[in-house]
Amino acid sequence: MYPERLKYTEEHEWLLVKEGRGIVGITDYAQNSLGDVVFVDLPEVGKKLKANESLGVVESVKAVSDIYAPCAGIVKRVNENLFAAPELLNDDPYGEGWLVEIEIGELAEALLTASEYEKFVAEEE
Amino acid sequence: MPFLPHTRAEEETMLKTIGVSSVDELFGDIPRELCLDRPLQLPLGLSEKEAWEEVERLAQKNKHTGQYLCFRGAGAYEHYQPKAVKHLLARSEFYTAYTPYQPEISQGTLQAIFEYQTSICELTGMGVANASHYDGATALAEAALMAVEATGRSKIAVSSLVHPEYRETLKTYLFRRGVEIIELPYQEGLTAVDELAGVLTNDVAAVIIQSPNFWGSIEDLAQFAELIHQQGGLLIACCDPLALGVLASPGELGADIAVGEGQSLGLPLSFGGPYLGFMACQEKYVRRLPGRIVGKTVDRLGREGFVLTLQAREQHIRREKAGSNICSNQSLCALAAAIYLALLGPQGLEEVGRQCWQKSHYAKELLAELPGVSLPFAAPFFQEFVVQTAEAPALINQRLWEAGILGGLDLGRYYPELENYLLLCVTEMRTKEEIEQLVEVWGGVSGGKTHF
Amino acid sequence: MVEKLIFEKSVSGRRGHYLPPLDVPACSVQEAIPAKLRRKKTPVLPQLTEVEVVRHYTRLSSLNYGVDTGFYPLGSCTMKYNPKINEDVANLAGFSQIHPDQPAESVQGALELMVKLQQYLAEIAGMDAFTLQPAAGAHGELTGLLLIRAYHAAQGEQQRDKVLIPDSAHGTNPATASLAGCQIIQIPSNGQGEVDLVALKRVVGKDTAALMLTNPNTLGLFETQIAEIAAIVHEAGGLLYYDGANMNAIMGYARPGDMGFDVVHFNLHKTFSTPHGGGGPGSGPVGVKRKLEPFLPKPVIIYDRQKQRYRFDGERPQSIGRVKAFYGNFGVLVKAFTYILMLGGKGLKEASEKAVLNANYLLKLLSQDYEQPFAGLCKHEFIVTPPKTKEGGIRTLDVAKRLLDYGFHPPTVYFPLIVAEALMIEPTETENKSTLDAFAAVMARIAQEAEENPEILHQAPHQTPLSRLDETQAARRPVLRWKAD
Repeated sequence: MYPERLKYTEEHEWLLVKEGRGIVGITDYAQNSLGDVVFVDLPEVGKKLKANESLGVVESVKAVSDIYAPCAGIVKRVNENLFAAPELLNDDPYGEGWLVEIEIGELAEALLTASEYEKFVAEEE
Repeated sequence: MPFLPHTRAEEETMLKTIGVSSVDELFGDIPRELCLDRPLQLPLGLSEKEAWEEVERLAQKNKHTGQYLCFRGAGAYEHYQPKAVKHLLARSEFYTAYTPYQPEISQGTLQAIFEYQTSICELTGMGVANASHYDGATALAEAALMAVEATGRSKIAVSSLVHPEYRETLKTYLFRRGVEIIELPYQEGLTAVDELAGVLTNDVAAVIIQSPNFWGSIEDLAQFAELIHQQGGLLIACCDPLALGVLASPGELGADIAVGEGQSLGLPLSFGGPYLGFMACQEKYVRRLPGRIVGKTVDRLGREGFVLTLQAREQHIRREKAGSNICSNQSLCALAAAIYLALLGPQGLEEVGRQCWQKSHYAKELLAELPGVSLPFAAPFFQEFVVQTAEAPALINQRLWEAGILGGLDLGRYYPELENYLLLCVTEMRTKEEIEQLVEVWGGVSGGKTHF
Repeated sequence: MVEKLIFEKSVSGRRGHYLPPLDVPACSVQEAIPAKLRRKKTPVLPQLTEVEVVRHYTRLSSLNYGVDTGFYPLGSCTMKYNPKINEDVANLAGFSQIHPDQPAESVQGALELMVKLQQYLAEIAGMDAFTLQPAAGAHGELTGLLLIRAYHAAQGEQQRDKVLIPDSAHGTNPATASLAGCQIIQIPSNGQGEVDLVALKRVVGKDTAALMLTNPNTLGLFETQIAEIAAIVHEAGGLLYYDGANMNAIMGYARPGDMGFDVVHFNLHKTFSTPHGGGGPGSGPVGVKRKLEPFLPKPVIIYDRQKQRYRFDGERPQSIGRVKAFYGNFGVLVKAFTYILMLGGKGLKEASEKAVLNANYLLKLLSQDYEQPFAGLCKHEFIVTPPKTKEGGIRTLDVAKRLLDYGFHPPTVYFPLIVAEALMIEPTETENKSTLDAFAAVMARIAQEAEENPEILHQAPHQTPLSRLDETQAARRPVLRWKAD
């Protein structure tokens, strides 16, 4: 449920670091608690983000959640497929449902490993 | 007591079931020192007949449009409401329902609003409309907040020819939000477009133009759209939907948000309310549009139906992050407008619009022939126009009122620099004879109630 | 769709209303309005005869459920009976056909009605002055917070911009605070469902603008420590705002003004029966203590004793300004005024008494099958949650949808947020015992169905014109208007 290769935040984002770039998404736990996602608002490409800054919003029918940047950096790509098919976030949160790709300036503090995150989620419930 | 059903015996049974000996026990949780120790100092309570007579007595102290001829608009317009409208509004399944939270038993309200949204989109040339707002003034203020959020800018430019009470409302709404308001000057009865270049900078979220403006003149919205779009801001157009049967829609002219007062769509004058604020915008701003929105969907068995949708924008989900705190609409007023538009249809609406400007132009021409009356502006107008007078407006209006005519608005009230200017309104309601009567009494030719 | 859209019924060339012929000499549009300002594309509006329009909306009305249809125990909404006289008084020509800008001498009846209504509301609230301008409860809240900010600013305390809101509050409260440029601090509830005083003491201070409170609160419980709460907030220099959503519980018994509240709003469409209109128009008058009166929205109505005349006064230098055009939802005010005249002081108190009696009776009946998260008596409304079942529990949504099959409007669901699976029930005073008994019997039956045949609940409703609607699809692929093919 929480792939080992990813880093996690307590706000339920995941981060995949690869060659100075980071791909950001929300965890399976997050998509499950939100329910059917109906809309995703993402930043413009080129936007400079601070770590832990809100980079966008995910909306379900009955809830809305801010997405916080797990790293500082510049937005290089956003997943435009989500605009027409927000359900990708529910169906494949770690794959097709990714949100943005960031050129990493610096990682946020206190990122969690998969097992730490799993423990965190268990405690939160 | 009226509307209270229990018999003494039933009440006893109920108290016994609850397990208390008296009703007062049910209020035992209110600390004694906070309890009101005397009866409320209010009327004693009247039978329906007595209440009716008392309220009717107050109504009779007012003079209504059935008793005088109305040549005043200024944000509230006397138009004809087809009789069917009132009859349909009297269906209590409409007026005793709550906001349609349970779509399975609210398809009537939901579909009516969906149809209303469609009509507003058609009239304004916009992609989406909400289920309505309190009134034109509050719709305008919330449109400004919407533009501030959408652009991340903190200045709003508003024409000085937007209804003065709308501008006051705008000020109230924006003040605590730290948004700066820039007022745009007027020239020749129109918003001064020449002086805009320096004012519309790239930190202005939106420019607000009313058309027809408060003085009745039709603004060239396209010019403003071009100027503000060059700076990356939005154009908010405040319109009279009744005029949109004959005038180009704000959408066609480049507006990003269209708002206005829908009272003109056959709603009664009702001393200023309840009225109908409408709000529409380009599709790309739909998630910033405040208020209720109805959308089409399907039920479990695949049948089409309607629900309140995009609710994640709203206060009950977004709480302090919501763009607005509104949690209702003017549902019944929106229904009235929708029925009005359905009865008139496109031809009827165009004809009402044409008659309004034909009759107002006729009145303008006759008035201009009176000595001491001149027309200060040459701008095209719809149903309201300004005349300049040699005689004090108060005297003219006094003479008219004594003859059973409500004359024009003294513009000096809102624009102190305009001395002896009157704003007149002539809708389709006024006949040729009534217009001529206005002119006669105005000119002192007649004491009124007579004919040429 | 049960009924075709009115646009789909339209036939080009039909018409439902005709105007008298134009009787003035026609001038040319071309000359009067330049081409670029004229409409080119005719709007697509319905084209139907009058009878077709009348049938369309009559059929739509039959798809609705109103208070006149049946029991409507929607918590916090006070869906009481709306006396028919209300509709007739608002339609009197002397009210419905008066222009907002007529000479004051020609609207003395309207002004007298408004002044009297202000006085009645002030007496019911225990306040000194009222404005009738706000068009709805949320609009009243905004007005109230702007008044509070203006008051603090006049005391040289601009910095007071924190609004304290209990976690049981309606979402409007935080949204309003934000609209008034304030930050929100949430106050937790204690085990009894009331404001936690220790938490409150921790957060009040020099930056406190106000505490917003509903009393009885959204759990239907009276905040018994209100006097202490008021003292804590006032001592810190803050003010108390009363959200009048639940005023129907205590009319004539207790008054917000006596509890220490400085500003209140009432919902005339709830407490004073004006109806809800399917979502509006409502009315949300705001009352204040004397020290806040100078800040009320302008214009205010004053009585000139010398001339024995009412008139508007716009010379209010400290006013927060207008909150809407003209003077409020006047037609709604006429209805509330009439309602108060008919009930009188004694009748209003009795209405509250019966509202509380009905709620406690129904709570007692329901508590046999449903869980009651807060024990004891309630005021005009209460919260229950669905019983545990073999399957692990039924969802509140299922109970609500199943109620539709039995001909009842469901209660408010999933609110307040601090109770999971909440059903918030407000029967109001105008319902008789048989209705309450019948509703309780159906609720018991649903609880039984949940044990024996849970599927029937999951699939409910079965008897309505449409079954459960897909809100996900509506929000994912929004279709917000009809378009011609």
